[in-house]
Amino acid sequence: MAKILALTGNEAAAYAMMQINPDVVAAYPITPQTALMQKFADFVADGDVDTELILVESEHSAMSATVGASAGGARAMTATAANGLALMWEIVYIAASNRLPIVMPVVNRALSAPINILCDHSDSMGCRDAGWIQIYSENAQEAYDNTIQAMRIAEHPDVLTPAMVTLDGFIISHGMEDIRLLEKKEVQKFVGEYKPPYPLLNPQHPVTYGPIDFHDYYFEHKRPQVDGMENAKRVAVQVGHEFGQKSGRTYGLFDAYRMEDAEIAAVILGSTAGTARPVVDELRQRGIKAGLLKLRVFRPFPAMEIAKVLSGKKAVAVLDRSLSFGAQGGPLFCEVCSALYNEGHRIPVINFIYGLGGRAVEIENIQEVYQKLGKVAKTGNVTKIVNYLNLRE
Amino acid sequence: MPSLKELSKKEELLCGGHRMCPGCAAPVIVRQILLSTDTHVVVGAATGCLEVSTSIFPYTSWRCSWIHNAFENVASTISGVETAYRALKKRGKLDAEYRFIAFGGDGGTYDIGLQALSGALERGHRMLYICYDNEAYMNTGIQRSSSTPLGAHTTTSPAGKVIPGKREFPKDLTGIVAAHNVPYVAQASPSRWRDLTDKVAKALEADGPSFINIISPCPPGWIYPQELSIQMARLAVETCFWPLYEVENGVWKITYKPKEKKPLDEWTKQQGRFRHLYEPKNRHILKKAQAEVDRRWEELQRRAT
Repeated sequence: MAKILALTGNEAAAYAMMQINPDVVAAYPITPQTALMQKFADFVADGDVDTELILVESEHSAMSATVGASAGGARAMTATAANGLALMWEIVYIAASNRLPIVMPVVNRALSAPINILCDHSDSMGCRDAGWIQIYSENAQEAYDNTIQAMRIAEHPDVLTPAMVTLDGFIISHGMEDIRLLEKKEVQKFVGEYKPPYPLLNPQHPVTYGPIDFHDYYFEHKRPQVDGMENAKRVAVQVGHEFGQKSGRTYGLFDAYRMEDAEIAAVILGSTAGTARPVVDELRQRGIKAGLLKLRVFRPFPAMEIAKVLSGKKAVAVLDRSLSFGAQGGPLFCEVCSALYNEGHRIPVINFIYGLGGRAVEIENIQEVYQKLGKVAKTGNVTKIVNYLNLRE
Repeated sequence: MPSLKELSKKEELLCGGHRMCPGCAAPVIVRQILLSTDTHVVVGAATGCLEVSTSIFPYTSWRCSWIHNAFENVASTISGVETAYRALKKRGKLDAEYRFIAFGGDGGTYDIGLQALSGALERGHRMLYICYDNEAYMNTGIQRSSSTPLGAHTTTSPAGKVIPGKREFPKDLTGIVAAHNVPYVAQASPSRWRDLTDKVAKALEADGPSFINIISPCPPGWIYPQELSIQMARLAVETCFWPLYEVENGVWKITYKPKEKKPLDEWTKQQGRFRHLYEPKNRHILKKAQAEVDRRWEELQRRAT
């Protein structure tokens, strides 16, 4: 029987980790992730898990120790946010390139400077090319569900790629919701036992990890990494479906809300999708055919699938909670535009940069997005590609 | 402890054919260490000479499991492997006994890896950390590290017209590690192999972190003929520039006292990196270096009584 508990997003992710009961967890505090590892430390202290928890002296060492543990043959996890993720950057790449299926909740927070502890996606977006699967959560329930599923996806033999599960700092991490929890036994069964393909700790078969690789092999070693990431798309769908059978909550690569007959649509990641849904409902009541595409899996990017859902729309808005300085728009905008172009769709697309450093995104801000979209749909003209939402200019 | 003859018959975990420079002391040190244990080992390596020269894909010189992660994090990486070992043992997924040995050069240990080392020592992982100290960033082409001796010429502390080589004394890394109050800390030299292997055996027996700082002469970096590496290590010990000692559960002990402490000059005059110090205008630096060696040796003797 599923249990319902009032939990914050951080606690929900910690619950998922407790139920997974990984072999090794490395932890280092950083706002707004701290409460997640505090909760997990409670589970360790109370004997709810028998995980070996290592309390390292930096995020760089958190990722380094997690890499060591995972290469050793353990199921290993850590969690971080913002500057902590930036500090571990070097090893984030190394984890992926060694094909170590580490799962890491990332509690999204703005990168410095100026220092800011509130939500935006600049941290996870900054390492979008690091070779990690990225799954974005809309709420605490999804943070819980995604953490469990990420383990299965990352460890799949066709994938063997680390995964970060994001949850918006404070908005999700510190917001309390009723969370439907699976039984620990069910989670254990769902994730199964991890069988590492090449553990360091195998006396019969010693292995070398992290050798030096020059022009003659490096490229060949990068190419299968692309395949592993690509395979994650198929596996994420399978795992999302299987998870639905267990929990009643089925997941895909994205959630297309009222998209079928929509004329205008917004593409959104994370908690803001929850703000947009009632706006879409309200517009529908007024006869405006609005839709919402809430993207869940950003890496691997489901380009073809997104293009298919957006095809035939009169105008599309892409909301980015991070900047990509000097680019043609935010990271999500550029991806969506490429997807549409490659699939041969010439749809007017506008970009909204929003919510940086925790700037509020209210219902009226999302209404403004759809208003502008309506105008673009009517004229077919885009006067301003990149727009800034709720910004004093 | 087996005899040298017996040791020479053991299968070596670091095999021949690697690309370390002729005369480099580091592989000699690694072999002496790995011959000192019969348990399975996982070796961790920081980025550096040893790492790049023994793992050129598709080859590996390592018969044991080996992991290189990055430059500054071999201590945290091996601490992760050691934690995995405890976790898997606890859960009954692994039977074999293992020991964990991390190798870092002075760049990867004194400088960029110091934080990771300190953290791993404080956390109490049962691992042996070896610093093979060749007193500069040799892998990138002889740049100054915080282990480089006073006055030494390196490519970033060159003996110029105005500045005669490195201007600072080396950091006392062994002392810094000892201040962590871990069970076993030592300084060793490949020139006294029995002293070194005894220390490794003690370190691997210690129920917690252990650390050995080992002087590792480097022919191209120190500028001397490649057949003289062990001689260079010996002179570093005989001049008390590199005293051999251990700190076992907080007790300091000098493990080898030269019968007659040689002047530092006998070591420095044989190395091209100190050549400019023999010009009249720079001789005061040699005096300063000798005075500091004397002071540190006195201090060590005080601590060890």
